[in-house]
Parts: sequence; structure tokens; C-alpha cells
Amino acid sequence: MGRFILRRLGQGFLVVLGVSLVVFVAMRVFGDPAKVMLPLSATAEQRAEFEHLIGLDRPLPEQFVSFIGDLATLDFGESLWQRRPAMDVVFERLPNTLMLIGAGLGLAVLLALPLGALAALRPGGFVDRVTVIGGLVGLSTPQFWLGLLLIMLFAVNLKILPTSGFGGIKYLVLPALTMALPSLARMVLLVRSQVIDELNQQYVRTARAKGLRFHQVLFGHALRNTLIPFITLAGWEVISALAGYTVVVESVFAWPGLGLTAIQAIQRNDLFLLQAIVFTVAIGIVLINITLDVVYKLIDPRIRIA
Amino acid sequence: MAAIDPPAVPAIARSEPDRLRALGEELWKDKPGLIGFLVIVGIVLISIFAPLVAPYDPAAQSVIGRLKPPVWQPGGAWDHLLGTDQLGRDILSRLIHGARTSLLVGVSVVALAGAFGVTVGLFAGFRGGRTDAFLMRLVDIQVAFPGLLLILLIVAVIGPSMGTMIVVLALTNWMIYARVVRGIVLSVRQTPYVEAAEMIGCPQTRVIFRHILPNLTSPLLTLGILEFTNIVLAEAALSFLGLGVQPPATSWGLDVSTGKDYIFVAWWLVTFPGLCISITVLSINLFANWLRVTTDPQEREKRFARAKAAERRREERRAGVRQVTE
Repeated sequence: MGRFILRRLGQGFLVVLGVSLVVFVAMRVFGDPAKVMLPLSATAEQRAEFEHLIGLDRPLPEQFVSFIGDLATLDFGESLWQRRPAMDVVFERLPNTLMLIGAGLGLAVLLALPLGALAALRPGGFVDRVTVIGGLVGLSTPQFWLGLLLIMLFAVNLKILPTSGFGGIKYLVLPALTMALPSLARMVLLVRSQVIDELNQQYVRTARAKGLRFHQVLFGHALRNTLIPFITLAGWEVISALAGYTVVVESVFAWPGLGLTAIQAIQRNDLFLLQAIVFTVAIGIVLINITLDVVYKLIDPRIRIA
Repeated sequence: MAAIDPPAVPAIARSEPDRLRALGEELWKDKPGLIGFLVIVGIVLISIFAPLVAPYDPAAQSVIGRLKPPVWQPGGAWDHLLGTDQLGRDILSRLIHGARTSLLVGVSVVALAGAFGVTVGLFAGFRGGRTDAFLMRLVDIQVAFPGLLLILLIVAVIGPSMGTMIVVLALTNWMIYARVVRGIVLSVRQTPYVEAAEMIGCPQTRVIFRHILPNLTSPLLTLGILEFTNIVLAEAALSFLGLGVQPPATSWGLDVSTGKDYIFVAWWLVTFPGLCISITVLSINLFANWLRVTTDPQEREKRFARAKAAERRREERRAGVRQVTE
């Protein structure tokens, strides 16, 4: 186990290195940070000073080495917009994003298992059809639009929830719902098709024949066997939420998390802050991936980890 | 001479039109898939002939005709069926032209990413060994990248435009094709008929194009279509965030984004473009769902088994009822 985790950490290191290479190439080779970050009115001297300050006047390989050095010490420079270290801003906003993801995906996970299993009990039945069509509609709805529709319904027309912002639990309801729905759709469809497949297996008949009750087979065997693909999907949902889907939800609801901060950083040409966010998320994704592999191993001893 | 009958055509070697007709009949039976297919065809036609179909120029502004509601609402008029936006532009015309953007971006990204991914997958599956290990490690690493955030960063640095968006989306979406193709190539290579072809001395290009590539058509078709929906949604999201299509070009995502400042006074600005995205993606999903089940022999078998099982259950129930009544 220890060796396995070490190996995965090594792989994660490669991921972070890859991300830094892409960011470096994008920022220093294709883009021009001085042009993006300085106001149009900057004079040639100011420009040269800025370039010297962040090391743009040195050769590229040397820049890359010092870039990696800065990353290793979590020194992402100072946010131009907030006038304080970029990492401070990231740590301030990260909990809000985690809260949103937790509430949204938690809701999706809680609803997906019972709904999917219920639909699978009678494939082709009424519940099943409604679930499948609902799932496909959920998959096909753009998240930002869903959020705006919810705002129009609950905040503008019914006036029972705030349109956007951050505060008590009232402010969390709509963003969490928006976050949950597409994930819920994917999860329900997965649970449904997995449980249908499981219930058609021979062992189900054997178990029933030796006298187990249907619900015992359903909960003890069929649902249990869908757990591995379900956790894979749930993990993927967390990762893709962290990797940027919160950006959309947060910007619709003005939820002060990492995603909204990323958009604000872009609007204010604050590349250092944006870069800090990208790296924090990359490291977070690596950690989640390792956790997931360990969880698989704990759930299903048959999985051998190379 | 005239007595020679034409040779009987074996049932297996059915001609192309026959197979197409058989496919059409199956699609006819699956109503959701059929509806999806028809809507897609409609959207494609509308976007091709957008300038002819659209009643107005999508960029034509009118200061007097601002924020007109759709025709069925009080204050609406027949000259703007779905109303106008905050600059007096006709919503319907904007939607029609927006379809072009979605389809164009979707098709180009799928084509670019697909071509690259398939090449990498074929190469990895064929070379095996170190090449395979290296390429697949590359795929693993890139899959773990923070996708959308990285896209935001790159677009922010390079500057948003439709071209940038297409290239960046292609660069971040090729991995899945490589994985799928490599998996299939690896398993097909083990089959006796490929070994036989190699044994009798077929050149490798022939083995690849004649014997292995046909196995890829069905999974790649389904994958490409599903990826297309993802790209349409991604384009809409990027344009909504202001990092995709830039005005004066039109895009559904862009229109939702401009409409969001008016949700208190004009619900139609946000609702219609979003509805267009939803309907497009939903239709493609319905069609892809049908296509996946129809082209995958395993799925067909499952469907058959399920139908049989349901029939048997019905029989049993009927028999049970009879026993009780007797």
C-alpha cells in the first residue's frame, strides 16, 4: 500500500509538472504577461521595469527553472488586484468552493442511488421512463442556463430565495441545486443501467432460489456491485467540478469561491492569481485521484493495484 | 445464353441501400431516437441556410424596438416572433445564426480532436512497448489536468476568439479518442483473422485500414456524437463567461450572457437561447442513445434478453393468476 501511494504521488508530481509546463508555455511563449497585466498607457520604461521585476528579460530556460522554483515554494507572486500574496486569496476562497461542491454533489449522491434503483426495478415502466427522460434532459441542460432559470423562478417570480450572493443557508440552496442537477442526471442513469444489468445476472436467480428475499438481493448484491462504477463517476464529478464547472455556477450566483475569483482575475488581468488557482486545483485533483484509488482498494479486494 | 439466371444474392451480402433501409426501419420504431434525428436534421438545415431563413439581420439594431416581448405576450407583435433584445435585435434571427456557431465549433473540435486522438491511439496500439507506455502515460497525465480552468487561463492569455476556442477545446479533448482506439486496437490485434492476415503477408497499412479500422467505426461514431454534445455545452459555457465567441458574432451562450442583466424585466432574452442549446443537445443525446444500442451487438443482445425476460415474467404472472382463480 505504501509503495503504491508513493507511485501515485510520483505520477501526481508529473501531472503538476505537466500543468506548469502548459501554463509556462501559454504565459511566456504564446502570451505576453507584460502586455496583459500592464495598463495600455504604460511607458516603455515601466514596461521594461515590470519585465525585469518578474524576470521576463532572462532567457526562457532560466525563466522556467525559476518558475518551477517559485511553484515548489508555493510562491505565486502578488495578486495585482488584491495587493497581497495570491496564495492568501486562494486559501480564503477555497472553503467556499468546497462548500458548494459538497452541498451540490452530496445532494446528487443521496438522490441518485434510490432513484436509479427504483427505476431499475421495472425497466420500461412508468418510473423508469420518467427517470430516463429526466436524466437525458438533465444531461442536456447547460448549467448556467439552469441557474438563471432557477433565479427567475425562485428569486424574481416567487421571491422566496435571494438571487445571488453569499450568506446563510438561503444563499446556498439555488447554487447547490444548479451544481447537483447535471451530476444527478449522470449518476441516476449509471445506477439504473448497472442495477438492471446486475438483476439480469444468473446469481440473482440463484440467490432468490435459495430463499433470499428480493430486497436482500437488491441491497446485498446488486446495489453493492454498482458501488465501484458509482464511486468512479462520483469521483469524476468532484474532479470536474473542481476543475472548472464551479466557475459557471459561481459566476451565475456571484458565489465568492475559486471559480468566481478566477473569472474576476481574468477580468482584472491578474495572471498571477489565476495561475495560483490553476495550480491549487491541479494539486487538489491529484490528491483526490490518489484517495479514490485507495478507496477502490478498500472496497474491492479483487482490485490489484500495479 | 438467355437461359442463364442471374446468380442468387446471398442474404448476408445485402446491398448498401437495403442496409440503410433496415436501419431506417429500426430508427422508425424508436420514437425518441427518431424525434432526435429529425430535430438535428432540422437544425443543420436551418444553420446552413441561416441567411435565407432568418427574418432579419442578427446584428441590426433598433432603438425604438428595444425589449419587445414575444408575440403571444401583451405588447408583442408579429414582426418579431420571439421579441427583441436590449438593442432591438430580433431574437429569432439571432437564434438561427447562433445555431451556426454551435455546429461549426462542435464539428471542428470533434474533427480536430478526433483526428489527433485516433492517430495517437492507433500508433500506441500498434507499436506497443515503450511507445505505447509513453503515449498512454501522456494521456493519463493530461486527463488529470484541471481542464476548464486551464482553458480559461490559456484563453485569457492568448485572447478570446472563436479560433482560439476551437484549438484549445481540441487540445483538451483528444485523450478519450486515443484511449478508446488503443483499447480496441489491442483487442482486435489478438483476433485470429488479424493474425491470419499478418501471416499471409498483408502489408501493415492493409491490416490497419482493411482489418482493424472497420472495427472502430461504430464506437468512434457514438463517441464522436457524444463528444459533440460536450463541445456544444462547453462552447456555450465559454461564450457565456465571455471567453468564447466575441460580439458582433452570435452564439447562444453569448446571448444568454447578455440577457442575464435583464432577467427582472425580460425573461425571453435568457430563456430562448438556453432552450435552443438544451433542445440541440437533448436531440443529439436521444439519437446517440439509439445509435449506441443499435450498433453495439452486446447491447442488442441485452435488449433482446430483457424483452424475453419481461415476456416470461408476464407469462408467469398470468399463469399465477390462473392458479389463484382455479
